[in-house]
Amino acid sequence: MRLTGGQMVCAALLREGVDIAFGLPGGAILPLYQTLPEYPGLRHVLVRHEQNAGHAADGYARATGKVGVCIATSGPGATNLVTPLATAMMDSVPIVAITGQVPRAAIGRDAFQETDTTGITLPITKHNYLVMSAAELPATLKEAFHVARTGRPGPVLIDLPRDVQTERAEFDYPDDIRMRSYRPTLEGHAQMIKRAARLIRDAERPLILAGHGVLISGAMAELRELAEKAQIPVITTLLGISAVNEDHVLSLGMPGMHGWAHNNWAIDRADLLVAVGMRFDDRVTGRISSFAPNAKVVHIDIDPAEVGKNIRVTVPIVGDAKRVLHALAREVEPAVRTEWLQEIDRLRDEHPSYRIRESDGLLPQYVVRELSDATEGNAIVVTGVGQHQMWAAQHYRFTEPGAWLTSGGLGTMGFEVGAAMGAAMGRPDKTVWSIAGDGGFQMTMAELATIVENRVPVKFAILNNNHLGLVRQLQDLFNDGVRVASGYSGNPDFVKLADAYGVWATRVTERGQVRQAIDDAMAHDGPALIDFMVEPEENVYPHVPAGESVAEMLEGPAPEGERAWR
Amino acid sequence: MAVAQSNGSRTITALVHDRPGVLARVAGLFRRRGFNISNLVVGHSESPGLSRMTFVVEGDNYVVEQVAKQLYKLIDVVRVNDISAENIVARELALIKVAATPQNRAAILETAAIFRANVIDVSPGALIIETTGGEDKVDALLQLLKPYGVREIMRTGRVAMARGAAATGSGRAEPQRTDKSAPDTEVVP
Ligand SMILES: Cc1ncc(C[n+]2csc(CCOP(=O)(O)OP(=O)(O)O)c2C)c(N)n1
Repeated sequence: MRLTGGQMVCAALLREGVDIAFGLPGGAILPLYQTLPEYPGLRHVLVRHEQNAGHAADGYARATGKVGVCIATSGPGATNLVTPLATAMMDSVPIVAITGQVPRAAIGRDAFQETDTTGITLPITKHNYLVMSAAELPATLKEAFHVARTGRPGPVLIDLPRDVQTERAEFDYPDDIRMRSYRPTLEGHAQMIKRAARLIRDAERPLILAGHGVLISGAMAELRELAEKAQIPVITTLLGISAVNEDHVLSLGMPGMHGWAHNNWAIDRADLLVAVGMRFDDRVTGRISSFAPNAKVVHIDIDPAEVGKNIRVTVPIVGDAKRVLHALAREVEPAVRTEWLQEIDRLRDEHPSYRIRESDGLLPQYVVRELSDATEGNAIVVTGVGQHQMWAAQHYRFTEPGAWLTSGGLGTMGFEVGAAMGAAMGRPDKTVWSIAGDGGFQMTMAELATIVENRVPVKFAILNNNHLGLVRQLQDLFNDGVRVASGYSGNPDFVKLADAYGVWATRVTERGQVRQAIDDAMAHDGPALIDFMVEPEENVYPHVPAGESVAEMLEGPAPEGERAWR
Repeated sequence: MAVAQSNGSRTITALVHDRPGVLARVAGLFRRRGFNISNLVVGHSESPGLSRMTFVVEGDNYVVEQVAKQLYKLIDVVRVNDISAENIVARELALIKVAATPQNRAAILETAAIFRANVIDVSPGALIIETTGGEDKVDALLQLLKPYGVREIMRTGRVAMARGAAATGSGRAEPQRTDKSAPDTEVVP
């Protein structure tokens, strides 16, 4: 079958199971757009800014486990994809981005809207291609999807000169792909798994650190089996949240800079860390030389470059988390660790950071807890970056895996809008809540139009503190309270704004109104927004200062009263 | 002549797909990750469609291991080998343009002859000398030619190959663990 390059892209997307693509056209990608009507099975969602096409593809991918697709034109369209590609790269999210490029003969001549897109995106994609003939396109598309979704997933970009989109060639889409390079290791080394099992047997104070890799490989059941059989408590990193049901007795929550104090102290005392699909990010470790000083480390990851990169590893296991955990769970011996579990309980009582302070004001933590209760912990929660993100991570109790979408590695403010839209489109069966900051929301809120146009029932909870809250917190705690460029004096009326877009909205200023507003938003059939006017100067605790050890952790004002959650 | 691995310099080879942009990918990776590369040579390999790169990396075991692992993350990289511990021959080629006068030309030619270097161009004011060997030999020749006035130097950088019938990298010597602080990890796949 002979097709144009543009037709090939559409046909290949359908063959790869893609049913939705987010994008915005322009001259250099127009030939591809003009073929879209021939492929009614492929839904295109027109965004207001390409950044959000990227974040939407990201949210779609995280929520569904499928590859997300975004499309942009050359030049400014492509550069607008830089932030979402970098976001997806840091968090190992499979995306295929298609960008238009100037015609082949014009490349290198500074033509109108020409940028070196493959050059710009080289360090922020898992791989990228500049396709110089339609004949190469079928194999390139196949390879792009394969690379994006296998191994450690990541974003892949295909740059398509305009005249390649109109060029005709034979379209023979391969079913399979064999690459001479790039062969991810899936099966863990049997000997290493045995060694890991022995370390677990001999350990008295072991902990599992579960990261995004557990969710990506779908290893939740295997993780639980290992944890239960060997009685190892599970700490979940920011991106590992929801890998275990947070109601499980062995689930401890998050570690690190804003993790629970008892988790950081438990890591400090642990004699063994079993790290799975996580990369010892500095937000987890703090000062690396004082991190887990007493622990041996088993590190399981599909990316060999992560093993041994940041910390010294006793037993490295390169492989897919699901397969390795399955093998490891069979290998370990059943154990009882009453003393260690009691010690952690004691740490939790001594450092009750999960408590929130007694206040008549509208505490943001309280809003998150009410959201958690109202949704029974099974909504898909998307966040921006800042204080609200940390409160959501701390106080929402996830009962279903893969329901937590946040920009962890890059920390991209504004992620909360596009990603929530993409997630809601990918999972129409779920309630999707975007917990947003008033700062981040304003970076990308133009997509309210797209959300309304496509009747996407996203619910937004803006934790509105009239500040770039986390920046204000850093200035107050570590910069003598000198607040520079962290407060807003001209925020818009978000309720009126939502109204202008046709989004149902309400404002909450008091504690007593929280639950009703949440219930109303969920009862509303369509997108909704709640502007929560939260305490403007509330801080996130605990707070381990950047680059410091757990001993420097600030635990915040002593809590009084408030019911314990864990 | 097997090159001594002086002060933490190690020789790594990589077999890569011969595609546009592959050099930029590799060079970008080194810059991004802060790896210190003193030498990078690329050329065709024995397999059509594949090029072989030779790097000299400054660093301990941790660095070399990271270089190899990070290289493997590039989709175009087929194989990476640290051949420092293998029995290798390493050579580089240098072209040296030396100022020459009727008075000193003979002396220069004599110096070149001692090093078995070839004179490949002669003009009224200069000679071009071609030499092949280990870095030490090239350095030594340069040292002796300096007094005459070295106008230009073009050095290719080191290329290396394992001795004997086996392919380079197939020896896969255990990486020496000299640096105690280096993470103890598996050899790359
Ligand atoms: C795009 C981007 N710019 C800047 C930052 C630095 N930054 C981190 S948190 C933060 C404040 C976020 O404010 P807001 O979205 O209102 O959330 P809050 O912290 O108040 O909950 C800033 C500016 C960032 N993470 N991302």
